[in-house]
Amino acid sequence: MQTLFRNALAGPDVLGLSAGASLLVSLTILSGNAIVLSNGPWAISIAASIGSGAVFLLIISIANRLRDNMSLLIIGLMIAAVTQSFVSVLQFVSKAEDLQAFMIWTLGSVGGTNGQEIEVMMVIFCIGGLISYSSIKSLNALLLGNNYAQSVGINLKRSRFLIVLATSLMTGVVTAFCGPIAFVGLAVPHMVRLMIRTSNHKILIPAVMIGGAILLLGCDILAQLPGSTQILPLNAVTSIIGAPVVIWMILKNKKTSV
Amino acid sequence: MQNLDLGYLDGKNNNLLFENLNLDLLAGELVCFMGPNGIGKSTLLRTLAGLQKPLSGTVVRKKKISVVLTDRVHAYNMTVQDLVTFGRYPYLNWDITLQEEDHSIIDRSIAQVHLENLADKNIEELSDGQLQMTMIARALAQETEILLLDEPTAHLDLNNRVEIMNLLRHLARTANKAILVATHELDLALQTADKIWLATANKKILTGLPEDLVLDGSFDDVFQLKGFDLKTGKISHEAHRKISVQLIGEGHEYLWTKNALERSGYKIRSDSDIVVTVNKEGEKTIWKLSFFELKKTCDTLIQLLSVLENQIKQQ
Repeated sequence: MQTLFRNALAGPDVLGLSAGASLLVSLTILSGNAIVLSNGPWAISIAASIGSGAVFLLIISIANRLRDNMSLLIIGLMIAAVTQSFVSVLQFVSKAEDLQAFMIWTLGSVGGTNGQEIEVMMVIFCIGGLISYSSIKSLNALLLGNNYAQSVGINLKRSRFLIVLATSLMTGVVTAFCGPIAFVGLAVPHMVRLMIRTSNHKILIPAVMIGGAILLLGCDILAQLPGSTQILPLNAVTSIIGAPVVIWMILKNKKTSV
Repeated sequence: MQNLDLGYLDGKNNNLLFENLNLDLLAGELVCFMGPNGIGKSTLLRTLAGLQKPLSGTVVRKKKISVVLTDRVHAYNMTVQDLVTFGRYPYLNWDITLQEEDHSIIDRSIAQVHLENLADKNIEELSDGQLQMTMIARALAQETEILLLDEPTAHLDLNNRVEIMNLLRHLARTANKAILVATHELDLALQTADKIWLATANKKILTGLPEDLVLDGSFDDVFQLKGFDLKTGKISHEAHRKISVQLIGEGHEYLWTKNALERSGYKIRSDSDIVVTVNKEGEKTIWKLSFFELKKTCDTLIQLLSVLENQIKQQ
C-alpha cells in the first residue's frame, strides 16, 4: 500500500481499510442470526474483504486528486470516523450479548480463532500472498510513479486491481478473525526497510510477511503478560509500539518517501 | 505522427492544445521542442509516449520510446544502479530476473552518463544534476530508438544544463537515437539543437533549423522577448547615459569589457573622445583610459568604471 500510494504513512488501519472491514463484520456479528449466512467464517471474511476493498477503492479515487501525503491520512481518518459512527449506531440497536462479542472482537486477539477459521485464513493468505508476489514487478515500477511505471510497460489498471484485491482479501480476513489490529501494517514495512537496505519488492514482500508475523506474535506474547494470568487487549500493545513509529516517521522525514 | 489533435479534458471542456500536427523525428538528431510555459509541451510529450490519449488522430509509433519526465523520484534504499535497472523492465518477466546481457546494458548506460563512481550510491544522496543523469541512464538502458525528455535541465545550474545538453547531443550522434527535448531555455536550445519544434499560439508547431527560426523572427513572435536580443544572443542594454566610449582591443577581454560598459549604460562608438584600450601584459589585463586630457591605467574593470563615472560627474 505504501508503494501504491507512494506514501510512507499508508497502511490498512490508517487509511480506514480495517474500519471498512469492521463495519461489514459488525453488520454480520451484530445482526446476529438475522442474515442466514452470517456466522460462517467464509461469510465473515468475505464480508470484511468487501468492506476493506470498498474503502480502498474510495481512497484510491480520492488519492488521485491529492498531492499531499498528510491530507490522504486525514481522509483515511475521516473514513474511519464515518464507519465508526455507523458501527456505533449498530451497537446502539443491537442485543447485549452480541454487543459483548463485538466489543471483545474490536480489542483484537489472535487466540480466539478456531481450526476452521485458520483454514479459511490459510487459503485466503495463500491467494493474497501469491497475488502480491506476482505483482513485484509492477510494485517496483510504481516506486517511480505512475507515468514512469506506464512507460516501462506496466498495465496500471491491472496491477492496481491486483494490489487492491490482495490487500483487501488479507486485511479482510485478518480483521474478521482477529479484530482490527492497529499499526502492524504500517510499522512493519518501515522496520523491515531499516533492517534490509533494499527497495526491491522481491525481497521486501517475503521479508515484510515474516516480519509482520514476528512482530504480531511478539506483541501477543507481551499481551499475555508473562508471569500473570491477566491478558491485555492485543490492540493496546500494537498501538503502543506502532504509534511512536508513525510519529518518528513524520519527524524524521518530511518528504515521506517510500 | 499524423493529423494529431491534442489536448486534455478538463471537466466538460475540451482543451485543445494543438491541432492537426504532422511531425517527424529522425534518428541521429537532437530536436528541442520549445514554447512558452503552459502551451502544452508536456502534454504533447506524454501523448507521444503513449501515457495520454490524443483527442483524435493516431500517433504512429513504429519505434520504441523511453522517457525522462518531470516527475520527481523519491525512494529509500534505492541505488543509482537499482534506478537504472528499471530501464530493463519491459524486457523482464514478472519475477524480474536479470540476465547477463541486462547487467552489461545497465553498466554501459551508467558509463554513458559518466556515473560509474556513483553506481552504488543512494539516489537520495545525489545532487539534482546527478539524479537527472541517472534518469537519463535509465532511459538509455531501455534501449529505445527514441528518447523523449521533458524539461531535463529545469532546476539545474548552468554547468549541469550544458553538460546534459552536450551529453544528449553526443548520444544522438553516437548511438543514432532520435532525441526530443522539451525545454523553454532559449539560449541552450539554440546552441545545441539540430532542429527546433516551436509551439505557436495558434496551435501549430513550426519546425526548422534554430538559426532559420531566429532569423525569420518566429522566436520573437512566440516568446515576445523582453530585452533579449536573439540575433546577437545577448541581453540588450539601454544606453541610458547618452555617452559613448571608444573601445580598442581584441579577444575575450574586449568582449567582456564591452559587456561591462554596455551594462553600465555606455554606448560603444568608434568616434568618441573617451577611449578605453584593453591591453594584455603577460597574464594580466590592464585598461588604459584616455578621457580628454586625463590618462589613467586601471587594473580591474570596476576601477575603470568608477574612474569613468567620477570624470563624467566633474565635466
